[in-house]
Amino acid sequence: MSSKSLIGTVNKKGQKIVDPEYLFNEAPRERFFMTGSEVVKEAIRRASVDISVSYPITPQSEAAALVGELWVEGYVGDYFRGENEFAVMSECAGASFGGARVFTTTSGPGTLRAYENFPMWVGSRLPIMINFMVRGVNSPLSIQPDTLEIGLVIDTGMLIWHAETAQEFYDYLLKGFLVAEEPDVHLPIAICIDGFFVSHTKDDVMITPIDMAIPPYDPYRSPVPCMDMEVPPVRMMRDPFVMKSNYISYATQASWQQETRAACERSRKHTVRLLGGLIEEDRSDAEILIVSSGTALAQGREAARILAKEGIRVGTVKIKTIRPFPTEEIRQATKNARLIFVPEFNVVGWMAREIKACIPDNHRVIAGPHVAGGMTLPPEVIVDEIKKVLAKNKEAIHG
Amino acid sequence: MEKYRVLPGPEAFLPPAAACAGVVLPDPGQGHIHGEIVPEDAAMEEAAKRFLSAKVPTIFPGPLVLWGWNENAEQKATAIKALYDVLKSHNNGALLIPMPDYRPKYPKIDPEIEINPNHPNLTIWHNKIDVCMFVGVHCHQANMSLKIIRGGTSCYTIAMCAQAGHEDAMITFRDATPEKIMKLVDAVKRLKDSGASNDVRGTA
Repeated sequence: MSSKSLIGTVNKKGQKIVDPEYLFNEAPRERFFMTGSEVVKEAIRRASVDISVSYPITPQSEAAALVGELWVEGYVGDYFRGENEFAVMSECAGASFGGARVFTTTSGPGTLRAYENFPMWVGSRLPIMINFMVRGVNSPLSIQPDTLEIGLVIDTGMLIWHAETAQEFYDYLLKGFLVAEEPDVHLPIAICIDGFFVSHTKDDVMITPIDMAIPPYDPYRSPVPCMDMEVPPVRMMRDPFVMKSNYISYATQASWQQETRAACERSRKHTVRLLGGLIEEDRSDAEILIVSSGTALAQGREAARILAKEGIRVGTVKIKTIRPFPTEEIRQATKNARLIFVPEFNVVGWMAREIKACIPDNHRVIAGPHVAGGMTLPPEVIVDEIKKVLAKNKEAIHG
Repeated sequence: MEKYRVLPGPEAFLPPAAACAGVVLPDPGQGHIHGEIVPEDAAMEEAAKRFLSAKVPTIFPGPLVLWGWNENAEQKATAIKALYDVLKSHNNGALLIPMPDYRPKYPKIDPEIEINPNHPNLTIWHNKIDVCMFVGVHCHQANMSLKIIRGGTSCYTIAMCAQAGHEDAMITFRDATPEKIMKLVDAVKRLKDSGASNDVRGTA
């Protein structure tokens, strides 16, 4: 039975399965004041999730535990704790191969411990949703917010969305399943939030009715057959005779990888429809722009407000999807900018690299300011950076 | 930058996935020809022309229509047989080559023949297949093979997809139903009966 044919029916918890367009655009919403972790619980309650596997690691432990409560309440089909993050992601793969809608969460070192599974999910076309509540991954150990983690997963092939607020987080969690499960996409999706800043702080969130849920996953629309030992990818992995030492075998491997990247590209159309675009612009015709994602952009927006009071006009461009990267949108949004500042919560500045790689005249990109390891990024720091660069430019012009 | 067109090859050692070259899939009611979105009826007409002008028109039905999963699959299989029959009545060289699953041959594939080890029956080179249609092939498997075919052969590819279509084929249909396949049968019959099929080269 297809998912669409279930619209109008009632699930075992008495929730009405509704058309997602109705749920997102027309259904009444109620205001709640809640943490990002509580947002996970309320979104997953309405997401017709079949199974969730958890393992504790700060800052996502509470979210994982709250999903466990949903299982007790009967909203999630199955739930258990894995042996470690690698095991969790492997178990998620097994459940997804079996046709389940799967949700899990992790953070920082948990993400890296599980890493091998992410390109495996992609190559196997498993539309698992994982929530990264991002934090430091380095030694000395830090549990504090840091987005280096996102930079480390951007080329796994997963869809990667970065929510700035609890509200976006709620909506992305529900909408992400729908995009990831489209048969022409059918890829894992990472919904990222900045640990603590979004996971542990309370915010206003407009929540859809508790008695409505999105349609369940329909595994019969999958672009790949049900896996067994005789069917690729497993057959290709276990049988070197089949896969070695000739052009066509290697071309198949390459084509397989290309197809997963193509699937990510195809998600653009669905994502634009549901998120209203891959970026969000505010006064992007300004000569000075702040471009970033997540809470770094929130701080940038505040910096722009401070500068506006001083008569310096600064626009902002928020990047909602890291993968697919909004290349063309950023080119257009930045075409008139003279200076493009990219504030980030990580030490390497991967977002600035991404932007530099996709726009002409990329000397316009100022990679910073950066903070890392849990430091906050006060708007004043961004303001100072902008003023410093402006002063240098003025000096250069006037000698 | 010039817009990428999905054309018969041999194109490249490793051609790009068309989606990564900017080709987008059609919406319901549409198809595409060479990467350009067109009304579905236009794609039907073009597919019919290509089939009738081929030396070895071939249908590659995949597991989704070769196995009796449900009534819909059986109806599609019947429609595909009808398409084959009308092609065969026009050209005795027409082929219907089933691809019942994706198991590679054991102990090893023959790269001289097999386009893709996941499809051991995909024998375009040695069978001199110049126009082929994929139907009932899982989307991931279809796109991989369609791209490899474009890379290494001059075969003209058509995809009759039950989901969102295939950028990597030269012509694609989406939301395939038994009725849609029969519509293609009718388009082929109509063109054949009109006599135009004696000098059909395709328009795109």
